[in-house]
Amino acid sequence: MLELRHRGSCPGPRETESLPHREGEAAGGDHETESTSDKETDIDDRYGDLDSRTDSDIPEIPPSSDRTPEILKKALSGLSSRWKNWWIRGILTLTMISLFFLIIYMGSFMLMLLVLGIQVKCFHEIITIGYRVYHSYDLPWFRTLSWYFLLCVNYFFYGETVADYFATFVQREEQLQFLIRYHRFISFALYLAGFCMFVLSLVKKHYRLQFYMFAWTHVTLLITVTQSHLVIQNLFEGMIWFLVPISSVICNDITAYLFGFFFGRTPLIKLSPKKTWEGFIGGFFSTVVFGFIAAYVLSKYQYFVCPVEYRSDVNSFVTECEPSELFQLQTYSLPPFLKAVLRQERVSLYPFQIHSIALSTFASLIGPFGGFFASGFKRAFKIKDFANTIPGHGGIMDRFDCQYLMATFVHVYITSFIRGPNPSKVLQQLLVLQPEQQLNIYKTLKTHLIEKGILQPALKV
Amino acid sequence: MESESEAKVDGETASDSESRAESAPLPVSADDTPEVLNRALSNLSSRWKNWWVRGILTLAMIAFFFIIIYLGPMVLMIIVMCVQIKCFHEIITIGYNVYHSYDLPWFRTLSWYFLLCVNYFFYGETVTDYFFTLVQREEPLRILSKYHRFISFTLYLIGFCMFVLSLVKKHYRLQFYMFGWTHVTLLIVVTQSHLVIHNLFEGMIWFIVPISCVICNDIMAYMFGFFFGRTPLIKLSPKKTWEGFIGGFFATVVFGLLLSYVMSGYRCFVCPVEYNNDTNSFTVDCEPSDLFRLQEYNIPGVIQSVIGWKTVRMYPFQIHSIALSTFASLIGPFGGFFASGFKRAFKIKDFANTIPGHGGIMDRFDCQYLMATFVNVYIASFIRGPNPSKLIQQFLTLRPDQQLHIFNTLRSHLIDKGMLTSTTEDK
Repeated sequence: MLELRHRGSCPGPRETESLPHREGEAAGGDHETESTSDKETDIDDRYGDLDSRTDSDIPEIPPSSDRTPEILKKALSGLSSRWKNWWIRGILTLTMISLFFLIIYMGSFMLMLLVLGIQVKCFHEIITIGYRVYHSYDLPWFRTLSWYFLLCVNYFFYGETVADYFATFVQREEQLQFLIRYHRFISFALYLAGFCMFVLSLVKKHYRLQFYMFAWTHVTLLITVTQSHLVIQNLFEGMIWFLVPISSVICNDITAYLFGFFFGRTPLIKLSPKKTWEGFIGGFFSTVVFGFIAAYVLSKYQYFVCPVEYRSDVNSFVTECEPSELFQLQTYSLPPFLKAVLRQERVSLYPFQIHSIALSTFASLIGPFGGFFASGFKRAFKIKDFANTIPGHGGIMDRFDCQYLMATFVHVYITSFIRGPNPSKVLQQLLVLQPEQQLNIYKTLKTHLIEKGILQPALKV
Repeated sequence: MESESEAKVDGETASDSESRAESAPLPVSADDTPEVLNRALSNLSSRWKNWWVRGILTLAMIAFFFIIIYLGPMVLMIIVMCVQIKCFHEIITIGYNVYHSYDLPWFRTLSWYFLLCVNYFFYGETVTDYFFTLVQREEPLRILSKYHRFISFTLYLIGFCMFVLSLVKKHYRLQFYMFGWTHVTLLIVVTQSHLVIHNLFEGMIWFIVPISCVICNDIMAYMFGFFFGRTPLIKLSPKKTWEGFIGGFFATVVFGLLLSYVMSGYRCFVCPVEYNNDTNSFTVDCEPSDLFRLQEYNIPGVIQSVIGWKTVRMYPFQIHSIALSTFASLIGPFGGFFASGFKRAFKIKDFANTIPGHGGIMDRFDCQYLMATFVNVYIASFIRGPNPSKLIQQFLTLRPDQQLHIFNTLRSHLIDKGMLTSTTEDK
């Protein structure tokens, strides 16, 4: 989510001093700054805050020092503060996009590591905010317990999903087989150990704080870890299912900002005063077009389109397959009104492009709600940014707040409309059943397949 | 208030000094003891009167439990559902009281809406497997089932967007707190209740034995603590003692063994609950699995000398019941400590005052919290594999080439195991 932050000529704590200055600047016809509305919120909160006694006294969390690298500062020292900020954001945006391309080039495994790294960093950022809000940095055990729970939940999810894909690898190793078979039990035991440690760590004066942090940790896990695992599952489905949604969200961010910048007039929602209807609608259309084109370009390459498989002989990830029907050009007859516009009878499209319209629509219409949610969260806890990892942009979480719902949507979309359950998982479960049950299933399947004509009754061997 | 005296196993005033130093505790709801009981017991001293009230209510609850078991799985499911809703309501009400947020715009509606969504999702995922034939017959149900995840997600999204749109300037923090509170409550309450129903479908014995073990452990630990209690167990609940803990453990294991012995004899407890298409009701009729057939076990030398028997006839399920009872006695109490800590943290005596002498529904079910998950994980890991009908259902949705591949792999697997020979294929 792009928000123009006028950092003024001096970074860091002096930001608050320059607020009145920026207010004057904003009145000049451009969009008002987020920080102005934050200040209003502060005052209102202090008077109308119905929170428990500790919270009304919490000062605004001091922003971390500006981390813009020195070289950028020197190169841009000549420009005015507004354009300087623009440049910093622009350069960082391009850097992030190139990093993204680089990692895509390096392959699925690197992408998985990247997703994992981002998840851990997001978790860290949100937990740190919790510590600051509750002044609970020194609670006994708590830091250890938070990271322990993160580990447990990750272990559980990786075991449930990734193990299916590594089935051949797992069958080879004896210990891994044991871990897979009793996976749920082991994960549960690990979680229980953490739970019991939490109960044993409850200290007389800090009960409420500890419960708050416990709940905070769990909600954070629910948000970050589940999303990241759905992202990885989408990735295994084919890198295109990972790239197109994420790019659509990024494109929507950027184009909504640009449309808002040039044509913005009507505010969209009180929560984010800088969002405008023009930006929203313009972003929607550009994202759909962008998604359409990106889907067309990527659908040609097996590298993006094929499900990621782990080949035990090569001991690496392979993306080689016969592209499914989704990724084979088909001709569609255009509906009459489009025929008149484009003056063509038919068009050759990949079916996936039609799906990409659904994905882009979601990215433009519902994705921003994730951004509003994060905005509201930042207002509620009186922070400017989740962290200050990326100069000009804030923390990792700031970049990924709109992606929040996208990963879940893509996963649900795939399971509902594209494919059924994972075949290797079905096979794995079949092999675990009792022999009599397997025989029963075998007979049922056989009847079904013969009925459907997939299996010829004559070919028995 | 009588309910504030030793009635509460966990509540005590001494360690509440920290709370008195801070803001006043939340107002306690009025005493709910029915007038009848009040009059009947008016002559006894307050301590014994409380004992009697608790005792009578305990027996009433246990009798109620038996009646419901008698009425069958459908009623049990409905009861579980109601308990879940009541627990959710209790915890959310505490949240409202803590944050004085009863009047937040939309929030009550949103909490109940989320409860509905999550329940819809879970019921759709699990229950449709069991009602497979019924679902396939009815066209609207089939569509709902096929796109179930998408529909659930859409419903949840609507709630999420409503939440974002309902954010009001002065109340951001409160609203986020209540949002977080609702989600954590859903995580605790709804997942547990669905696991309970899963266990129930596995066979009523998997529902009854764990719950009874937890109740027995509660009662036994209290008794042992009452008569022999000396060494405190944990600072969080000063009234728990090591003697009560250990005594309760052994008593529960023995109780579990006896109970499983009695129940394993009856088909209605032991068989998986199935939905019979023709009669349109639940049936529990089957050939009991190996777990529920008497087998001879050699007693290890150690116990042989004590008891003087060489072998004993037991149901294998009784061995599993030892694991279940052990969990109920050793880890179950942690659920109770968690709830104690929660009540201390938010300075409440009870979750609510629904049951006279006992507090709210949540007070009775706090130890059950972890038990349902454990039983479910235990069954999934050690007892049975995945559900065959669900597998067939999943198989039917795969692509033909995938189906063929799986079919061939299964075939070679069965031939390897000797379950199939090439000639049996010709039948």
